[in-house]
Amino acid sequence: MEYVIEMLGITKEFPGIKANDNVTLQVEKGEIHALLGENGAGKSTLMSVLFGLYQPEAGIIKVRGQEVAISNPNIANKHGIGMVHQHFKLVENFTVTENIILGIEPMKSFSRVDTQKAAKKVLEISEKYGLSVDPNAKIEDISVGMQQRVEILKMLYRNAEILIFDEPTAVLTPQEIHELMGIMKELTNEGKSIVLITHKLKEIKLVANHCTVLRRGKYIGTVNVHETTENQMAEMMVGREVSFKVDKNEANIGDVVLSIQNLSVKNSRGLHAVKNLNLDFRAGEITCVAGIEGNGQTELVEAIVGLRKIESGKIFFKGTEIQNLNIRERTLCGIGHIPEDRHKYGLVLDFTLEENFILQTYFKEPYSKKGTLQVEEVRKYSEQLINEFDVRSGKGSVTEARSMSGGNQQKAIIARELERSPILLIAAQPTRGLDVGAIEYIHKRLVDERNKGKAVLLMSFEMEEVLNLADSIAVMYEGEVVGKVHANQTNENELGLMMSGSTRKEGELNE
Amino acid sequence: MNKFKAFISNDKNQKFLIPFIAVLSGFLVGVFILLITRENPIDIFRAILRAVFGIDLNKIGTGKAVFNPRYVGEYFVYAMPIILTGLSIAFAFRTGLFNIGSEGQVMVGSFASVLAGIYLDFPVFIHLPLVIISGALAGAIWGFVPGLLKAKFNVHEVVVGIMMNYSALHITNYFLRNLKGSDNVKTAMLPVTATLNSEFLSSITNKSRLHWGFIIVIISVFIFWFIIEKTTFGYELRSVGFNKNASKYAGMKVDRNTVLSMMISGAFSGLAGTIIAIGTFGYGRVLPGFENYGFDGIAVALLGGNTGLGSVFGGLLLGSLKAAQPIMQTMNIPRDIAIIIVSFIILFIAMQNGIKMILKKLGGAK
Ligand SMILES: Nc1ncnc2c1ncn2[C@@H]1O[C@H](COP(=O)(O)OP(=O)(O)OP(=O)(O)O)[C@@H](O)[C@H]1O
Ligand SMILES: [Mg+2]
Repeated sequence: MEYVIEMLGITKEFPGIKANDNVTLQVEKGEIHALLGENGAGKSTLMSVLFGLYQPEAGIIKVRGQEVAISNPNIANKHGIGMVHQHFKLVENFTVTENIILGIEPMKSFSRVDTQKAAKKVLEISEKYGLSVDPNAKIEDISVGMQQRVEILKMLYRNAEILIFDEPTAVLTPQEIHELMGIMKELTNEGKSIVLITHKLKEIKLVANHCTVLRRGKYIGTVNVHETTENQMAEMMVGREVSFKVDKNEANIGDVVLSIQNLSVKNSRGLHAVKNLNLDFRAGEITCVAGIEGNGQTELVEAIVGLRKIESGKIFFKGTEIQNLNIRERTLCGIGHIPEDRHKYGLVLDFTLEENFILQTYFKEPYSKKGTLQVEEVRKYSEQLINEFDVRSGKGSVTEARSMSGGNQQKAIIARELERSPILLIAAQPTRGLDVGAIEYIHKRLVDERNKGKAVLLMSFEMEEVLNLADSIAVMYEGEVVGKVHANQTNENELGLMMSGSTRKEGELNE
Repeated sequence: MNKFKAFISNDKNQKFLIPFIAVLSGFLVGVFILLITRENPIDIFRAILRAVFGIDLNKIGTGKAVFNPRYVGEYFVYAMPIILTGLSIAFAFRTGLFNIGSEGQVMVGSFASVLAGIYLDFPVFIHLPLVIISGALAGAIWGFVPGLLKAKFNVHEVVVGIMMNYSALHITNYFLRNLKGSDNVKTAMLPVTATLNSEFLSSITNKSRLHWGFIIVIISVFIFWFIIEKTTFGYELRSVGFNKNASKYAGMKVDRNTVLSMMISGAFSGLAGTIIAIGTFGYGRVLPGFENYGFDGIAVALLGGNTGLGSVFGGLLLGSLKAAQPIMQTMNIPRDIAIIIVSFIILFIAMQNGIKMILKKLGGAK
C-alpha cells in the first residue's frame, strides 16, 4: 500500500510532559484517517509537527515515500499539506478574501494586490466544493461555521493535497457538520487525503477509513473503521469501558429558581435576539435550552449572567429581581456560568492554571485575606481540582493556560464552576471539545448537581446530549420559545421540527 | 554543549537572557558605528566606567586621583527619576494601558511639590511627607483624566495622555513663574523642611547632588511589587490587562480598575517629578520643553519586562548611558552614539520574539 504521509517514531516533549512518545501515523492516499485520543493525548501536537509548527525530538516524516524535514508551515505548504487549527487563525478585521490570499497574494503591476483575480479564484473554488462564503465580509462579522469554511478555502487555495482538520466539528451545528462531512467525502473522491481529529465516534464511523488511537502521548494502534465499533474505539482510547448513556433517576423537582419574564434582548448588531421570552428553571432539574445556533440562546444566557444589557423584561432569581444587579452580585447570589466561548470569557490564557481556578473566588477567604492573595491556599485548592477533574497539563498548577490542550482548558473551566456548586448552574456547551471519557464524567457531575437540588440550565446544540442529559427541554427559534417538552416524551424528530420553526408545542411543561 | 542548549531554550532563563542579548547587541552596534567612523570604540566603555563608577582610566599613573565618587552620586541622580517613570509605565502596561502621559505627570508632580514646599510651613516631619504626597497626588490626578476618559468613553489613553503632557508643560510653567519669589526660569529655593538634600550623601560623594530620593525609589519598587504580585487588586489588574472579557465575566470592575491603574501609574510619575524638584534641584524650574523623563520610562519598562525589579535594572542601565553622554563629549566622541545604543537596545527588545525564535532554533534538537 502506498502512503501519502508516514510519521514514524515521532517524539515531542514539552516542559514536564512527553506530548508524543514514539508515535506512528500512516495515511493512505485518498482516505479519511481519523486521529482519536483523550484530551491532552497529543493529537494537536502531532499534527502541528506534521505542519511544521513544532520540531520533534525524534522520528522521521515521509511525504509520498520521500523523507522530508518540515521546519516551518511554508515548507508544509510546499509539500501540499494544509491545516485547519482547533482554534482558528484568521485576521479578524480582514475580509474573507484577504485572509485566504494572505501571504500568497496575486500581484498586478507596481506590486499591487490583484484582489479581483483573487476574489474570482476564491469564488471558483467555493462553488466547486459548495463552500459558501461571502468573499467581502469581514471575519469578525461572520459565523463560526463560515470562518471554518474560510479556513478550508485557505487550504484549497494553496492547492493542498493533504488536509488536516483539528476538531472541525466541535464548533459546528449538526447541519453544518453534515455539510462538512459531505465536503470531506467530495475532497477524497478527488484524490485528496484527510486527517480528521474528532472526539465524536459517530463521525469517525460515518466518514473515516482508518482510525489511529493515541493515549497519553503513546501510540495505541490503528484500526480499520469498518471492522470496529464505537465502543471498541472508545475503549481503545480511554483504556476502559465507556458508557454513553447517562445514568439518572427520576428528577426530584423543586421550586422555581430562575424565572424569566417578558425578556427582550438585542444582539451585537442591534437586532432583537430574544423576544418577549418567558421561561422558568426549577431546582433539581436539568432544563435544556435547545435550538439551532443563532436563535438567541447565547444572548439569553448572557442576559441572565449580566454580560449583556436587556431591553425590557424581568429576571427573578429565587424571587428577587436581578436584572439590575452587576455580574459579581449575580455570581454571589449563587449563579455559576460555564461560558460558551472559552477563550473569550472562560479563561485568562496568560494566567497559570491555578490563577484561572480562582477567577470567581479570588476575593474571598481563604484565597484572599485582607486583600492579599494566599498563595498556599490557592495551590492547595488547585491541586485538589486537578485531581478531582483529571485536568492534564505539563506543569500542573503553574502551567500557563495557553499551553494546555483544548479539552483540558475546558475541563479547568468546568472544574472551577462546578466546584462552587452554585444554586443555578448555567452550562453553555459544556462538553464541547471533550473526549468521551471526560464527557461521561462531566455529565455525571451535572446530574449530581441536579440531584443535590440545584437548578441546571444546559445550553447545547447537540441533539444527543440534549436528549440524554435534560429533564425538560425548551426549544428556541428566532428568539422565542417555540416548544417545551419533557425529555423522555420526545424524540430527535420532533425536536428537529421545532428547532426549524415548523411546529410549536407550548404550555405543556410545569404550567 | 547540551547543557548550554537546554539553558538557552529554557523559558525561565530567556526572561533575563533576552534583555541581556538586546543590550549586548545594542552595544555591538555602537562599537560598529565607532569603528566605521574611525573612532576608538573602547572610549564608550571608558566613558561609562567613569560615569557609573567614577573611575577615570586616563588618570592612571598621572598622580591625580583616579577615583572620583562625585560621578557615582550624579549617576544615581540621573537614574532615580527614570526608575520611577519606568515603574509608572510598567504598572499601566500590566493593566493593558499605555501611560504615555507620564511626562506630564512628572511635571505636575514637580509643581505640586514645589507649591507645597513654598507655601506650607511645618516642621520637617510633617512638611516633607506633605510635599511628597502632593507630588504623588498631582501625578495621580493627571493620570485620572486619561483613565476616566478611557473607561467612560473609550477614548484612547495615548491621545489624551499626549494632550495632558502639553497642558502640564504650559500650565505648570505659567504658575511656576508667578509663585512668590520666582523669576523667569525658576522659583525661589525651597525651605530645608521641604527638600531631600543631604549633607551626608553629598559629602561622601565629593559634593554631588545625591539626595534621599533613593529611599522613595526603593519604597516605590516595593509597593509596585507588592500590589502587582501579592494583592487581589493586583490580580485583578493583571487579569484586566490580559483579557478584558474574561475579567468582566469574573465580575471585575474593568472600568474602575482602568482608572485606578492610571492613577497609581500617575502617582509613580508624580513622585519622579517630586524627587527631581525637591531632591536634585531644591527649587522649581520653568521648562523650555519636555525633558523626556516619561519617554525614558517607556524604555526602562520595556527593558525591565514590566516588573518592579526589572525597572530598577532598566533604569540603572539607561541611566549609565545618559550619565556617560557629557563625558563622551569631553572625550570627543559624539554623544549621539549613546542615544543610538539606547535606540538599538529598545529595537532589539521590541524584536524579542525573533530573538526567542533564534534561541529556540539554537537550542532545538534539529
Ligand atoms: N506549546 C505547548 N507548551 C507546553 N505544553 C504543551 C504545548 N502544547 C501542548 N502541550 C501539552 O502537550 C499535551 C498534548 O497537548 P495536545 O494539544 O496535543 O492535546 P490534544 O490531544 O490535542 O488534546 P485535546 O483533545 O484536548 O485538544 C498536553 O498535556 C499539553 O498540556
Ligand atoms: Mg487538540
